[in-house]
Amino acid sequence: MMVPVRFEWQIMKVKIIITPKKAVLDPQGQAVLNALEHMGYDGVKDVHVGRFLELELSGDKASMESRIEEACHRFLSNPVIEDYRVEWEE
Amino acid sequence: MTQVDTETELSTISDQGNASKFSFGVLQFPGSNSDQDCVNAIEVLGHEAHYVWHKEESLGHLDAVLVPGGFSYGDYLRAGAIARFSPVMRALADFAENGGLVLGVCNGFQILCEAGLLPGALILNRSLQFRSEFVHLSTVNSGTPFTKAIPADQLMRVPIAHGEGCYFADGSTLNEMESHGQILWKYATAQGDLEDHANPNGSVHGIAGVCNKAGNVAALMPHPERACQEAIGSADGQWIFRSLIEHLKDAK
Repeated sequence: MMVPVRFEWQIMKVKIIITPKKAVLDPQGQAVLNALEHMGYDGVKDVHVGRFLELELSGDKASMESRIEEACHRFLSNPVIEDYRVEWEE
Repeated sequence: MTQVDTETELSTISDQGNASKFSFGVLQFPGSNSDQDCVNAIEVLGHEAHYVWHKEESLGHLDAVLVPGGFSYGDYLRAGAIARFSPVMRALADFAENGGLVLGVCNGFQILCEAGLLPGALILNRSLQFRSEFVHLSTVNSGTPFTKAIPADQLMRVPIAHGEGCYFADGSTLNEMESHGQILWKYATAQGDLEDHANPNGSVHGIAGVCNKAGNVAALMPHPERACQEAIGSADGQWIFRSLIEHLKDAK
């Protein structure tokens, strides 16, 4: 009989969404916006193309939160040109 | 505009014989591709260049360091974002902090911006195209170690090869850079006019190259190291390396 595996810790996922700052030129977003218009998708006012990262963490949110913020600021985004937001999976 | 007479210029330099040679380091990251061109650019001017692997924690004794172009770490995440954490970058930051001369080219520019050694950032070309062509550079500040040997009104015809070379800095940073003479080169037409259509990537103010506030770290998106011999289309890039050498001589 199979014994159910019991994990000692929970795998936690955190999503990081990185987008170009409003003041920074976003030629990709502009190209996608133009394409949408040509395809007849009216009503799209603006498009911003960014990056999406999903990190799998072994640990709890409380202990990792400030480290993840630091990694976002220092490495995963470039604060000169990009904004980021962090979404913790509940 | 003056044409560089490479043959005579080169022979003049060779005639210096055993005059003291300066030692340049050329960093090598996985994916660097203009490292050999950088070594060649120094050697044609009669000086020494050594490769420095990115895992090195010390630079040894060097007079100046070149950060070459390429696609370090495949440009993953952002161009230069991973390379800036290589061990050699800590040694480079110390070298720069102590006044050492550092010149970055193309990906080297992106790495130096990511490392915070230069202001601003490089983003996707406005055209979304990878641009590989010759451009003309106008020198904005001729009073730096990177520009001092460039004759007045000398336009430099040098190649570019990049997809992410659009220079960006916010308004207040640009004002500060302008007031400190940190903008070194701008894209110009073949006649030397600073016009929008001469700007190949959409860089703010047509900026092609900048330096730090202290004036000892500089970089540009075009490749002067690929324009150091008339036989491959242009020797104008030599003016930048000559400037470095002249500065090192003056500092002796």
